[in-house]
Amino acid sequence: MSQDATPNRPIPITDPTTAPFWAAASRGQLSLPRCGDCDRVHYYPRAVCPHCGSESLAWETLSGRGTIHSWTVSRRPAGAGFKPYVPYVVALIDLEEGARMLSNVRADDIESVAIGQAVVVDFEEMAEDIALPVFRPAD
Amino acid sequence: MTRDVVIAGIAEAGLNKGVFAEPVSVLDIQAQCATRAVADAGLTMADVDGLLTAGLWGIPGAGTIMPLSVVEHLGIKPRFVDGTNIGGSAFDAHVAHAAMAVERGYCDVAVITYASDQRSASGRNLEGKPPHLNMQFDSPFGLLTPIGSYALAAHRHMHEYGTTSEQLAEIAVAARRWAQLNPDATKRDDLTIDGVLESAMISDPLHKLDACLVTDGGGAVVVTTPEKLGAAARKRAVYVRGYGESVSHWTINSMPDLTTTPAAKSGPAAMQMAGVSHDDFDVVQIYDSFTITVLLTLEALGFCKPGEGGEFVANGRIAPGGAFPMNTSGGGLSCSHPGMYGMFLLFEAVRQLRGDAGERQLEKATTALVNGTGGGLSSTATCVLSNR
Repeated sequence: MSQDATPNRPIPITDPTTAPFWAAASRGQLSLPRCGDCDRVHYYPRAVCPHCGSESLAWETLSGRGTIHSWTVSRRPAGAGFKPYVPYVVALIDLEEGARMLSNVRADDIESVAIGQAVVVDFEEMAEDIALPVFRPAD
Repeated sequence: MTRDVVIAGIAEAGLNKGVFAEPVSVLDIQAQCATRAVADAGLTMADVDGLLTAGLWGIPGAGTIMPLSVVEHLGIKPRFVDGTNIGGSAFDAHVAHAAMAVERGYCDVAVITYASDQRSASGRNLEGKPPHLNMQFDSPFGLLTPIGSYALAAHRHMHEYGTTSEQLAEIAVAARRWAQLNPDATKRDDLTIDGVLESAMISDPLHKLDACLVTDGGGAVVVTTPEKLGAAARKRAVYVRGYGESVSHWTINSMPDLTTTPAAKSGPAAMQMAGVSHDDFDVVQIYDSFTITVLLTLEALGFCKPGEGGEFVANGRIAPGGAFPMNTSGGGLSCSHPGMYGMFLLFEAVRQLRGDAGERQLEKATTALVNGTGGGLSSTATCVLSNR
């Protein structure tokens, strides 16, 4: 668990559907709903499957592995809370289980970040029962 | 009952160095422009029975519900109101909605209004959106808004097709050359490809000069049917021949395909309705929030194949004198960009079709395509306009 949490970044305001996602992250797990009808995992968590409309959904702990679908570097902070992080990588991650999520890639050398690169999840504690799932290059 | 539909009047608020020349409130700007656009159509505000508006000034908070605020400020009592807000393409969608209402006689004279004082109020700060609902999966990661979403699409396009930063820069350079022919454009100094590439990197691979301007802006468009117009206004009317809309997502993690905008649906729908094809357009106005927006839109609309946008815009093709006249005002990149630019695409298309475009007037301008894009490549609205 990373220790560089800053209270100034926007902290997710959860709701009953999304709270389990953030709480799982604070336990060190990446968890998303899988549909009991179409068998697809979706991001972000919803009460109704966006792929088939089913309400038969069950939380599943994912592998935490994925690949970078695309990336950018924020050279300016997206608000004051991000100033300590500039420049930082924001990326779309294709998760092994099939969903695509927006996250950060924490890399020692941001110039090495590339599309197709394998990444694994890591977690940054933000508040009680809320941690941010971020990624780092896979070893 | 189906009637012909025309854009019969336009009015754009004057700018001075990117801020309102007349510093009044966003509501007063809309009142002034609505009145002037109605006069341009040879009508009066008493004729107006439809009102469509969108903007960012009313968010958040009850008490600033936009259509109600604007209706009250204009002192009208419309029987048709539409406050559709799908980002910068909203006003192009409003043309479609107004057209549907006018075609069926649901209203006779619809006015579309917009104003933004983002530059003079230093209000262009889309960061800090509350991290709730679907934004809780976006804001905490610090994606710059809106440029970050477009940067993600640009990198993906480069990865899939080998598109280069030089090719994107060509779009900004062409816009500047058109702006140099437009005395009302905000940025008119010389710009080269190197100048774009040497400007600050904001969100890789997009530089400062890959991004649109941040200006004030406002205006109004009158949509009606020719039978409501006098002879002079009818002669200057621009026909709405086709329209289409498509919306696919809000946050970029949910964009189905980063290199295919919803224009792939709205464009063919509008062209089919109008009975035209790509070769029929004398001028096109493509929302240029960022250089990549143009490239993706040209591909989505089918002016070139996916991946060929970089070659399509090369060698001055979209610049003055080029084979593909586009964004002839200088666009959002060099003329003005008040946050939601879709109405300004309409202004320039109408000016060209009326023969009112001054030094940048095209020799032949009969049929125009307008394509607005909103959000993070989230929504598009396409209009086919013709002066006959």
